[in-house]
Amino acid sequence: MTMSKAVVTVVGKDKPGIIAGVSKTLAEHNINILDVSQTIMGDIFTMSMLVSLEELEGQFNALQDDLNTLGESLGVTIHTQREEIFDAMSKV
Amino acid sequence: METKQIQETINMVEEEHLDIRTITMGISLLDTVAGDPQQTAKNIYNKVTTYAKNLIKVAEQIEREYGIPITNKRISVTPIALIAGHATPDDMLYYAHALDDAAKAVGVDFIGGYSALVQKGFANGDLALIKSLPRALTETDLVMSSVNIGSTKAGINLDAIKLMGETVKGISEKSDTANAKLVIFANAVEDNPFMAGAFHGVSEADVVINVGVSGPGVVKRALEKVKGESIQVVADTVKKTAFKITRVGQMVGALAAERLGVEFGIVDLSLAPTPARGDSVAEVLEEIGLEQVGTHGTTAALMLLNDAVKKGGVMASQRVGGLSGAFIPVSEDAGMIDAAKAGTLTLSKLEAMTAVCSVGLDMIAIPGDTSATTISAMIADEAAIGVQNNKTTAVRILPTLGTKVGDMVDYGGLLGTAPVMPVVEKSSADFINRGGHIPAPIHSFKN
Repeated sequence: MTMSKAVVTVVGKDKPGIIAGVSKTLAEHNINILDVSQTIMGDIFTMSMLVSLEELEGQFNALQDDLNTLGESLGVTIHTQREEIFDAMSKV
Repeated sequence: METKQIQETINMVEEEHLDIRTITMGISLLDTVAGDPQQTAKNIYNKVTTYAKNLIKVAEQIEREYGIPITNKRISVTPIALIAGHATPDDMLYYAHALDDAAKAVGVDFIGGYSALVQKGFANGDLALIKSLPRALTETDLVMSSVNIGSTKAGINLDAIKLMGETVKGISEKSDTANAKLVIFANAVEDNPFMAGAFHGVSEADVVINVGVSGPGVVKRALEKVKGESIQVVADTVKKTAFKITRVGQMVGALAAERLGVEFGIVDLSLAPTPARGDSVAEVLEEIGLEQVGTHGTTAALMLLNDAVKKGGVMASQRVGGLSGAFIPVSEDAGMIDAAKAGTLTLSKLEAMTAVCSVGLDMIAIPGDTSATTISAMIADEAAIGVQNNKTTAVRILPTLGTKVGDMVDYGGLLGTAPVMPVVEKSSADFINRGGHIPAPIHSFKN
């Protein structure tokens, strides 16, 4: 099984710099963003990003740690998960 | 990118307690037998620590990459009585300690398979194992035991039931909690990943990964959205939810097996509660429309739930096995505890419920002065339900010294707390003391 994509989700109180911060961290890890979906509900910011992991086999943990640290500093929750879990649950 | 589905999956984990309840590595010990019990014990330790060396590491990495908690990592082994043909009860302690030491060395939560299969009769190793239980379960921390005393094919071994009643009583005199590590089965399955009853059957491959899924909280949340609708809608909703949960189990199990380089066994499609609020099978039954679990209608609601979980899960996994169904342990389920405390849920209702779900009388505290023959008679009733209905039943019951009906007993952690429940005081001793064998039911003769 080759795994090549991950989903990064961000949820939290909206403030300037969330997308910038996430994108910068991804760029630092040389990760390509494939798709982005973002909405505001009330003042809650939610974003899902599909990113390519092809450059990143074996470095998943480092990316996840950096995004978690970023999430803490921005006051938002960031999940980084391989894409397959969402497919498993929602597609037959 | 389906953002709604992404959010749904994340919510299931974050708010509804969706988890993989257990990844259990089954390891055959048939090739560890040596002439000398101490050498066999060494071989057991070496084989378990070799194969399970990376189990925790691999499971934790999967948790991290997929964002799905794997609550328990466990090992099951060949029933120890089978590899202990010549052993004395004292020799058995070498095996118990080897298992305990190996489990601690690799960091798993529990190791199951300190077990004997005596549905038709006792061999020397079986008796040695049963006699060793009070010491084995109080001198070790992580060893789990099960004894199968009946099957639809073989009937019910009443001598074994008598002996197990005395054993449970004996264990309770040494420890309030050790009986939580002992299950007495009828129709035990060989690929069960759940404790305390997991063992690695003799027909299994050398090493396999089995997975148990969970998620009563997810089912409850889904049912909240169909309040007042017809019962078919309830069944459909449970099926769809079970499908999703099981797909995650299938994916995680296949991944774990691949990364560990062993065969993937089965997914056990179960709703297993924990003492946390919102992770309760009782609350699912109440959501179906019961004011409190244990009231009239409980058995029917549980039958529907158990069946719909299986129907939803079967298509989601390559191979289904284990116990597969809803678990109804009293001490491990907040809603069950409430109902037992309130007197709504009684032992006789629980017994009826075990006829339509995947297990039996599970994690139930009874007064410490309950006689051994009464405990045996409770085991016999459960065995009868299982043997007659072609299903697994089990008894994990905890007589607690110095307690009376209504007292609360705390078992710690996932084992939870339980109120001491009343037992019928009339004697069953003359029945149990007859001994012998209850013949297999007529419908077992299928050849």
